[in-house]
Amino acid sequence: MEFKRKNIISIAELSADEILHILDTASSMKEVTSRNMKKVPTLKGITVVNLFFEPSTRTRSSFEIAEKRLSADILNFTSSQSSVVKGESLSDTAKNLESMGASIIVIRHPMSGAPWVLARETSASIINAGDGRHEHPSQSLLDLFTIRQVKGKIENLNVLIVGDILNSRVARSNINGLLKLGAKVKLVGPGSLVPDYFEQPGVKIFYNLEKALEDVDVIIMLRVQKERKSLEYFPSIREYSRFYGLTGENLKIAKNDVTIMHPGPINRGVEMTSEVADDSRSVILEQVTNGIAVRMAMLYLTASWRSNNL
Amino acid sequence: MKEKTLLSSKDLERKTTRIVHEILEDNNDNNDIAIVGIKTRGEYLGRRIVEEINTIEKKEIPFGTLDITLYRDDLRNNLALPELKETNIPFNVENKTIILVDDVLFTGRTIRAAIDAVMDFGRPANIKLAVLVDRGLRELPIQADYIGLSIETVSSQKIKVFLKEKDKKDKVVLLYNNGI
Repeated sequence: MEFKRKNIISIAELSADEILHILDTASSMKEVTSRNMKKVPTLKGITVVNLFFEPSTRTRSSFEIAEKRLSADILNFTSSQSSVVKGESLSDTAKNLESMGASIIVIRHPMSGAPWVLARETSASIINAGDGRHEHPSQSLLDLFTIRQVKGKIENLNVLIVGDILNSRVARSNINGLLKLGAKVKLVGPGSLVPDYFEQPGVKIFYNLEKALEDVDVIIMLRVQKERKSLEYFPSIREYSRFYGLTGENLKIAKNDVTIMHPGPINRGVEMTSEVADDSRSVILEQVTNGIAVRMAMLYLTASWRSNNL
Repeated sequence: MKEKTLLSSKDLERKTTRIVHEILEDNNDNNDIAIVGIKTRGEYLGRRIVEEINTIEKKEIPFGTLDITLYRDDLRNNLALPELKETNIPFNVENKTIILVDDVLFTGRTIRAAIDAVMDFGRPANIKLAVLVDRGLRELPIQADYIGLSIETVSSQKIKVFLKEKDKKDKVVLLYNNGI
């Protein structure tokens, strides 16, 4: 199968076959990351720009390692230390980066839709590393990869997403990806953070964590996003964690072999207790490892599209 | 295109057996050899070779497979990229004699990529090359150590290798246009 996309901006636009193709490519990349010499020459001479308009440690370093393992030339660009502070527009920034020879731009932006704008304005390939409350495709792909690795399949699994669904781009991407691959999705959180409009075929909404946990194969915990004002939607963190925090006790309701995931960074004692975070069924650190392989696959497939079509 | 059979199933078996014996003759202290098949058909040939060596020598020679896609030089040269397949080198290559196995030796670019890939796993003592068919027309200074069949070709011709494991039959054919 040939990958027919110049950009990877959302899970919503990908077909199930395209998602599986990315996951299969990521499996081969994972083999590379498990070698002693973890570098291949595939993207030698190709310039990749990491354009980050929002603080990020995990995603940015994961993309950076992925780029380095593929031997790309890297330019890191963060909004706080750049011309953006001097008033440059997003499309002007992009055009300048393109003039410097950037082939692929990895962008993280607080505004939903910013990667689309960029894709329209430049001829570089755009990889969305998270835009506002819209999508976070690389996180979703690494979650799907990890679920497939642990469970051997995604179809017909019961996956529960817990927390601030309203403000979460991880949730939006994951709901799209899980449904496309045939999983059943449950959402749970305070009513103010789980609006009705998320209900659709394959998605069920709950407000009670204990009820939602019944018969669940995978739990994806979302972070309480202080920067996206999660806190304005419920009375207090203490109350939130009492009702929606995962503990050793309520975890017993889920299936015995339930898999616990979290996109990080964890607020220990808020979304889950330390006991749960360090439980043998928690694959939070495996998600981080898999993130590198998945991002290598995204870079490789976009670069191969460029080599075939430009 | 017209078709001419170069090797029948029986020929192919004899050629493989001869390669096996040449490998053993060259490496009489064969404690340090390992066979690495280059995906896709080199993997099947490599597996046949290693199984024959193991039967004759009554031991377990290490065997691995290599996908060289990530090492190709055409990502920057507008050529279609095949899908990635899994590489699996389950042994330490340090100080071993690595025998690369492929079906057809042509431009030498695949082998150049394979050598780079093996080197990334460590520093072997030697790297040797076994191929079923050497069709000439090299673009790089690369040569095979063990060759089933050497044949002069022109670049418009094609060599097709069929192997039971993938193609349901064993056969090597030459495809050519009228005249050449």
